[in-house]
Amino acid sequence: MALDKATVAHIAALARIRLSEAELEPLTNELSRILSWVEQLNEVDTTGVVPMASAAAASLPMRDDAVSDGGCRDAILGNAPRAARGFFTVPKVVE
Amino acid sequence: MSDPALLALNLAEARAGLARKAFSARELATTYNDAVAEAKPLNAYITPTPERALAMADAADQRLVRGEALPLDGIPIAVKDLFCTKEVLTTAGSHILEGFHPPYESTVTDKLWRAGAVMLGKANLDEFAMGSSSTTSWYGPVENPWRRPGDNRPLVAGGSSGGSAAAVAAHAALAATGTDTGGSIRQPASFCGIVGLKPTYGRCSRWGVVAFASSLDHPGPIGRTVRDVAIMLGAMAGHDPKDSTSAPVPVTDFEKALTGDIRGLRVGIPKEYRVDEMPREIEALWQRGVEWLRLAGAEPVDISLPMTKYALPTYYIIALAEASSNLARYDGVRFGLRVEGDGLEEMYELTRAAGFGAEVRRRVLIGTYVLSAGYYDAYYLKAQRVRALIARDFAATFEQVDCILTPTAPSAAFTIGEKTDDPIAMYLNDVFTVPANLAGVPAISIPAGLSDDGLPLGLQITGRAFDEETVLRVAGILENAASFRHLPSFLAGAGG
Amino acid sequence: MIEGRTREWETVIGLEVHAQVISKAKLFSGAATDFGAEPNTEVSPVDAGFPGMLPVLNRFCVEQAVKTGLGLSAEINLNSVFERKNYFYPDLPAGYQISQYQQPLVGYGRVSLDMPDGTTREIGVTRLHLEQDAGKSLHDQHPTLTHLDLNRAGVALMEIVSEPDLRSAEEAGIYLRKLRSILRYLDTCDGNMEEGSLRCDCNVSVRRPGEPLGTRCEIKNLNSIRYVMQAIEYEARRQIEILEEGGRVEQQTRLFDSGRGITRPMRSKEEPHDYRYFPDPDLLPLVLDPAWVERLRGELPERPDAKKARFVSDYGLSDDDAGVLVAEKETALYFERVAQRRDPKVAANWVMGDLFGVLNRLGVGLDQSPVAAEQLGAMIDLIADGTISGRLAKDVFAEMVASGADAAAIVEAKGLRQVTDATVIEAAIDAVFAAQADKVAEFRAGRDKLYGFFVGQIMRATQGKANPALVNQLLNKKLAG
Repeated sequence: MALDKATVAHIAALARIRLSEAELEPLTNELSRILSWVEQLNEVDTTGVVPMASAAAASLPMRDDAVSDGGCRDAILGNAPRAARGFFTVPKVVE
Repeated sequence: MSDPALLALNLAEARAGLARKAFSARELATTYNDAVAEAKPLNAYITPTPERALAMADAADQRLVRGEALPLDGIPIAVKDLFCTKEVLTTAGSHILEGFHPPYESTVTDKLWRAGAVMLGKANLDEFAMGSSSTTSWYGPVENPWRRPGDNRPLVAGGSSGGSAAAVAAHAALAATGTDTGGSIRQPASFCGIVGLKPTYGRCSRWGVVAFASSLDHPGPIGRTVRDVAIMLGAMAGHDPKDSTSAPVPVTDFEKALTGDIRGLRVGIPKEYRVDEMPREIEALWQRGVEWLRLAGAEPVDISLPMTKYALPTYYIIALAEASSNLARYDGVRFGLRVEGDGLEEMYELTRAAGFGAEVRRRVLIGTYVLSAGYYDAYYLKAQRVRALIARDFAATFEQVDCILTPTAPSAAFTIGEKTDDPIAMYLNDVFTVPANLAGVPAISIPAGLSDDGLPLGLQITGRAFDEETVLRVAGILENAASFRHLPSFLAGAGG
Repeated sequence: MIEGRTREWETVIGLEVHAQVISKAKLFSGAATDFGAEPNTEVSPVDAGFPGMLPVLNRFCVEQAVKTGLGLSAEINLNSVFERKNYFYPDLPAGYQISQYQQPLVGYGRVSLDMPDGTTREIGVTRLHLEQDAGKSLHDQHPTLTHLDLNRAGVALMEIVSEPDLRSAEEAGIYLRKLRSILRYLDTCDGNMEEGSLRCDCNVSVRRPGEPLGTRCEIKNLNSIRYVMQAIEYEARRQIEILEEGGRVEQQTRLFDSGRGITRPMRSKEEPHDYRYFPDPDLLPLVLDPAWVERLRGELPERPDAKKARFVSDYGLSDDDAGVLVAEKETALYFERVAQRRDPKVAANWVMGDLFGVLNRLGVGLDQSPVAAEQLGAMIDLIADGTISGRLAKDVFAEMVASGADAAAIVEAKGLRQVTDATVIEAAIDAVFAAQADKVAEFRAGRDKLYGFFVGQIMRATQGKANPALVNQLLNKKLAG
């Protein structure tokens, strides 16, 4: 599948990764090649095959309803690039 | 005991030496700290932790003196910098985790420390475990301690656990932790002439391991011998209620599996692994492997794994889709790098553009694409169906045979810089390793011989889910038969 | 129907309610869920989306969602899947929300609305699923920075989606009240819209009757039932005006401005979201044991509809009265305690009239009532056995509210026992007749209106304690001559 630059730009926006105009073309070519390569899967007849979501051995385990975590604000904020008065801070979002 | 001799002891031997009090844990740790420093040109470590190593060694010595030794007491190991280690810089080889000191310890490393192991430092890797060369790290490429005789060009250590493998091979660690998502333990082990095991999915907990592809990530051990790896696995494995995909399966004594007896075992030789352009030397090594196992009393069986050629594209769709979502949390808000811009959206975009390397960016974009509206069925769902067929292949095969013998990689280590411009060429490094990740079955690589240009080549044994014992036992046989005694050009303590 | 300038319009409304699950810990982590804690003190590294963190499902949250589904008479899907909904926002730490998409835990159900005209309307519920709540962004703490509190991130939410069956703002209000009542009955959500444990988004469109559905707009940021109704009213008219002028309604997300009572589009230019849903690979499909579901069904408390029907049939209450008493589980419980072995209608009147009046005046809920159910019941017993008159009971009740004392104690202390001694009453009547002889003559001459005057005088003479029935009986006798 050949991607066009607009699609790649759109994907980059979805993924929140800034791409410069100069990067867009070579990246588009690269991604197109990779996607074409993975498309060989279309050769496989998968009619009636249930998708395999996981190689995990068991069924979904569940936990008891007990407070066993949290109460560690310093640990939570300790790596924050910016924090103030117990909050993380980010540039303001306009709604 | 002089340094090189001490460094030359493998894990089992060092464990015995400590028990015999031939040397103390502190001596061992000190020697290894020096080795780590000496091995700096290899760039196998991002963050050496020599002080911590000594403190842990001292604690081990106290227990050793009291006769209360823990299973791995005093054993110095390297930790792939994908495992979160409490208060110790953890980077995943990425600029985006700059300065990140986790307030928690991964389950696997916690188990190792509780077993008495000593942390030498955080080992270098491909960024976010994405790669098969360990050349994509923000912290620079890892160099393979092996070089082609008469050729000065540095070689890749394989990836993504290249730092772990290089450290072990260079005698700058006794063993190491790695993770294997598409071959990232086995392939670097093969390139570095040592042993690497990808256990069954869910055998080792993923809690506290920086996630790449959740359904494909397998933490596992890297060591110099099959026995060493068995010992490490025993300490690393175990059900973890904090990881919902962790297997509720008991941990057995994997060392005991090394009985040396494989009479009557059926070994599958899959014809589809004989790929086009298979180097003659690898084909020859594979045949030698078959002979070794036959001589030990096993029965080689020709088998077919028809879906083999589709494993790589299947893997890349699934892994990249999951990765694109797992890496969304790296956004400059709560930890790591933040690049300010004009408002929030700019902050996200600039942070991630600056923080992710080219390979990571490629993979996140493709992953985002294959999950996006209109393409989910065609790519992701399709890949999950093919994955089911691949798993079915293995299940059917394991009714005819007890394990499978193949080469680990389609080549020996290549020169740093070669191939890395071509993503697909790089992806092909994983062609023999990827199927086991998709099916979740255990697989090990052991060094079996040298290539024509004098570099290590590995053979791989794949087994049934949760049958690491058979995998280890057969690997032990191969190891004995191969008698791989070659050493890399760089070896800590050897003064070269 | 809404009358437009040129024709009638039908409003079509669907409500998406997010109900915070009552549980001690969060949906996928062990952090606490209490409201009002200091910022970022109820946050696990899992909630904060730290590297290497993994979710583990809270069994009780699943139980709460299943119970709610059963309470909505809905299908419980024994197999359901958690999927990741991927988007970027600061209060969504992992960059995705764990939710359910293609295979939710609960399927089709319904809510019965008791309409004011006495009819019942069934509103369909499309589905209910479990998902994580996001943290809180505070935009007003600083001129250029948004402050993030992740305490709420990861709390379990039930998303309950109604079919687009609602046809007016009024119906929407009734639906929300009924849904809230069911949730509170089941103790699966406290339904507190002010605190944000119940949130509502509405989808509103209009159409000419009989035509296909029009373009809908989603209205967010509604945190009271009143606002929901106002927003719907405004939005429906807004859309009608556009259409009547020949325009097209643009599909968009709008916010409700409670100050001006209008809806307006969100300021940020909004691209339609591509959430890239896929099953969460850190979790496995959820498979429920049918026996477990049946056990939960058996343990469900009696729900409002059933309780109301029982009040009507067993206590002979009117539909309206029963409806009022069952609206809150606690009220129904209080009433039944009062009504036990007593006249239920008398009990209902005292609860809905005097007690509710007092609670309103004091501004408190039933849980802080100054009069316990047993106390009210005991007072009603005193009326029934003739110890006090119904009229005096009002005074006794007021004193009970003020002092917290029991009725019997107050009656004794204030000497309020009803006078039922005919001799005493006759004597009082005689005294009044003596003092008001001319009025007696006037009455006997035909001025019937004076009857009430005599009653009043007799009551005054007996400090209001004379038994009214006896007074009537004896007064009539004496007036007759």
